[in-house]
Amino acid sequence: MNSVIKGASYILAHTPDMVIHNGTTQTTERIVNPGSEYLVELPGKLRPYDDAMRYAPNQTYIGNLTPDELSAVAAPWYEQKLEDADRFGKMGEIMPQDEFYILMQVCDAFDLVKLEKGFVEEVKPRFEQHPLMDESIIARIKGGVEQSEIDRAIGEDHAEGLYQDGKLVGYVKKSHDVDVNLSAHVILENLVSKASCVLSLLHLTKNTGIDKAEVDLVIECSEEACGDMNQRGGGNMAKAAAEIAGFSSASGADVRAFCAAPVHALIHAAALVASGTYDNVVVAAGGSTAKLGMNGKDHAKKGLPILEDVVGGFATLISKNDGINPELLSAYTGKHTVGSGSSPQAVITALVTDPLDKMGLKITDIDRYSVEMQNPDVTKPAGAGDVPLANYKMIAALGVKRGDLERAQLNDFTTEHGMVGWAPTQGHIPSGVPYLGFAREDILSGKIETCMVIGKGSLFLGRMTNLFDGVSFIIRKNSGETEQTSAVPEEQIKSLIADAMRNLAASLAGEGR
Amino acid sequence: MDLLKGKKVIVVGDRDGVPGPAIDECIKTAGADIVFSSTECFV
Repeated sequence: MNSVIKGASYILAHTPDMVIHNGTTQTTERIVNPGSEYLVELPGKLRPYDDAMRYAPNQTYIGNLTPDELSAVAAPWYEQKLEDADRFGKMGEIMPQDEFYILMQVCDAFDLVKLEKGFVEEVKPRFEQHPLMDESIIARIKGGVEQSEIDRAIGEDHAEGLYQDGKLVGYVKKSHDVDVNLSAHVILENLVSKASCVLSLLHLTKNTGIDKAEVDLVIECSEEACGDMNQRGGGNMAKAAAEIAGFSSASGADVRAFCAAPVHALIHAAALVASGTYDNVVVAAGGSTAKLGMNGKDHAKKGLPILEDVVGGFATLISKNDGINPELLSAYTGKHTVGSGSSPQAVITALVTDPLDKMGLKITDIDRYSVEMQNPDVTKPAGAGDVPLANYKMIAALGVKRGDLERAQLNDFTTEHGMVGWAPTQGHIPSGVPYLGFAREDILSGKIETCMVIGKGSLFLGRMTNLFDGVSFIIRKNSGETEQTSAVPEEQIKSLIADAMRNLAASLAGEGR
Repeated sequence: MDLLKGKKVIVVGDRDGVPGPAIDECIKTAGADIVFSSTECFV
């Protein structure tokens, strides 16, 4: 039987100081052009927490605004501050940077994160009030250290600084003298990813009501590599995050496929549940510090605030078919293969129309397509255009070519079957998965019946292949059939066996005569 | 069609637009000499 999607969570951590110190656009600029105008004006371009929290795409990401409601907000969205906005949404939250540093320390198992004494005293009481932080998590917060220790670690020991409003309030230290894979830089990136993954897991637990002990497996699908010099991508961020979140019965494993990893991971999860290997599989990922401020130079040049100031995370629960929640159709996935070819037509054929052809459906038979859901506020000023819209146009164009829709319907298709983008440019985070939570709600409410989720990945960035990657799956309204209703009842099986035995006995008796 | 004939060309494709290898195939037929080709991801 198909597995079902029981819920999803979406979190952001607003990390403006990390934009300056950890985003690769900025760290690269400091190396190649240390006196640049951009670096000088950057601090003044960063948004305060309240602005980032009231930003319509961010409120959409955590579930307080639907994609349709977002499309009704006048663009560009950075010019609007929503009156009706909140840190917490029905699918997650936007955590402030200072509390996120505490969460990073909570996630640190090797005493590598140190925070200043006064900072801990100020922020810890607020962190303790968080509705999802239980005693086991609070107990992991350590006492603060002196400022002099922090200054020494940064100045003499290659530690990475943690800053709040430009002030040094802590550090992440290296875990090996020589191994670059355990440098302070890598440890910090991995702890940010782990902490944002953990926060997603905690919200998923709340959103789905699942008993933490019932989660069998966590599949983590971010884009970070954790390991040492002998196994650089050793991994299992999944199990590391599951431990902190308190999923005591869960194992874990990571799936890596650049931005396509979440959709690959969901297909893995759906197959593992449908096959009966596990009952409850969580797919989750934290975010990326490297991508903070990725398009910051273009934003600053055009007088915009730095919009890439949040780390993203998401989690979703795939479970045995309950006859209620939307089904993930594992038998009808799309995949861009080694031999698919790279033209836009070849890509859309592999990802969209191949699975539809298997089901005998037209492009217009899918109610909603969840593609690369990047926020156009971020991408358009940087010259990358409106990415979701470009994807919808390509799907529509192939639809016209196949005769699934008329050329005149092309624009209507993009609004009727597509959505505006709202996800932060955090690589894997916008890739197909931001709509999963809404899709579940829209299917349960009867607004839509089917949705195709498409993830794409830029494999060529790793320089191991020139290939691109992409995968897709379809979710649809539950047929109402559960394992109990579809299976042959035990009584019927007993009756069939009894009949067979009687026939055998009768036939043997006949032979004996 | 002679616009690209014999010209040395650098190709920069877009993952969410037209990728490099697809552009390569087109401009090869126009007689261009591709000296560098890549696909970039802008998101």
